[in-house]
Amino acid sequence: MNTAYPKRIDRQPSTLRIIIIPIISVLLGSMTVLVPYIASMPLLPPFGLMILIAWRLIRPGIWPIWIGFPLGLFDDIFSGQPFGSAAFLWSAVMIFIEIVDNRFLWRNFWQDWFLASLSIMLALVGGLWINKVISDAGNVTILLPQIILCIFLYPLVLRVVAWLDSKRLAR
Amino acid sequence: MAPPNKRRPGFSRKAQYKIFTGYLVAFLGAFGGLFLLAISYLDPTAFSAIRKGAADATKPVTEFFTAARSTGQKGTSKVSAYFDAASKNAEMQRELEKSRTQLIEARALKQENERLKSLLGLVEEEAKPVAIARLISSSSSSTRRFATLGAGSNQGVESGQPVREQKGLIGRILDVGANTSRVLLLTDASNVVPVKRASDGIVAFAEGRGDDIIHIRLINIGTIEIKPGDIFVTSGNGGLYSPNIPVAIVDRPASDGALGRPLSNPAGADFVVVQPIYQPELVPAAKGGSADDSSDAQTATEDTAEENGAAAETDETAQTSQAGTDSEAAQ
Repeated sequence: MNTAYPKRIDRQPSTLRIIIIPIISVLLGSMTVLVPYIASMPLLPPFGLMILIAWRLIRPGIWPIWIGFPLGLFDDIFSGQPFGSAAFLWSAVMIFIEIVDNRFLWRNFWQDWFLASLSIMLALVGGLWINKVISDAGNVTILLPQIILCIFLYPLVLRVVAWLDSKRLAR
Repeated sequence: MAPPNKRRPGFSRKAQYKIFTGYLVAFLGAFGGLFLLAISYLDPTAFSAIRKGAADATKPVTEFFTAARSTGQKGTSKVSAYFDAASKNAEMQRELEKSRTQLIEARALKQENERLKSLLGLVEEEAKPVAIARLISSSSSSTRRFATLGAGSNQGVESGQPVREQKGLIGRILDVGANTSRVLLLTDASNVVPVKRASDGIVAFAEGRGDDIIHIRLINIGTIEIKPGDIFVTSGNGGLYSPNIPVAIVDRPASDGALGRPLSNPAGADFVVVQPIYQPELVPAAKGGSADDSSDAQTATEDTAEENGAAAETDETAQTSQAGTDSEAAQ
């Protein structure tokens, strides 16, 4: 295309950007555990999962249902959970949201927030349970601060994802 | 307007099949995850190569941020030191006076201790640190407590080696990459450390719970009273940790021992020290070269700890005097 005279009408958003921004954002979210904070209890929200859910609820069509598996595998590399944990839990969460989504005709912000909180909570408790089966883990109570933090940070993550979405579709 | 029903995309066979395959692949993915979990259950080292590679690859980034963290901490502590500097100064001077006399006493005790040990024919060499490095990140979103250390096999780190900072024990090396290694922190639920009370050498096990509390389980329950403020140090049983590394301070007694807080602070420590294994011949997993995920190495440690319990008692009495000196000096 002639770059000196870019199109002024009928412009299309870049296909590459449309595909790659959601994926990159989830991968970066998974890598937030690399922040140099040595936690003495689970506290950092699972940002990868939160961003994945936010994309799923903002733009229902962009993820295939099976996307939880590959993205979860990437999360497993960094999270410190046994390998396969997030691959399983994220797949389960995507199926869960899909099923719930098909039941409801209408959705609003509060309902989305509730659905996201429930999914994140299930994933965190599931992670603890997997650890318990494989080696050893503490009580469910140690997850409480992390769960509360997740629930209250979700709208913020949603905001960031919405901003990314506007960048993604910018012409 | 109600959104169109995505579930029934009309009469197009292709669209219907597409939805069906989506579900199929999603369930396959979930089962694939379960399958991988089963593999990591049967063989904990199965995927560690990927993890090590990723940790090594991201090391420059994380290390950069870690350096920024420690600079920030130094800055804030410098600024906060200016507040109530005068009263703090006076207090510190008083403490210095007190500890000076204690230091002299401790020195005398140390000399006496050395003399007595040489009489007994006990030779103890001060272990040289294997590596000194920073903890660069941790599994802060998982219920397991791992940290990544900025030193690996290139720096001579091996799995099983204890990691400590100035104030106390941090954990032990779990697996080693080229330039990074994974540390199982003291607070992880699968980490069991043989400890003794610093004041009288009463033997116990310190277990993490996954949060900032350490569960101290006594071996002889019922006869011993534990008070808040009691300090537990490593006993050297099991041969993994060298004796007298501070582990935990008791918060409140519990039915089978006590609940305490770790004395080390991995988040605040600038540098940590990797020590060699205290008595490698006693640690079966260490000889094999791979003290992999928790369970095997852990049970091995516990077993040897219990086996050597009787033998170590004699050791203990010899070390008690030294332990006493240490704790006094610490106070």
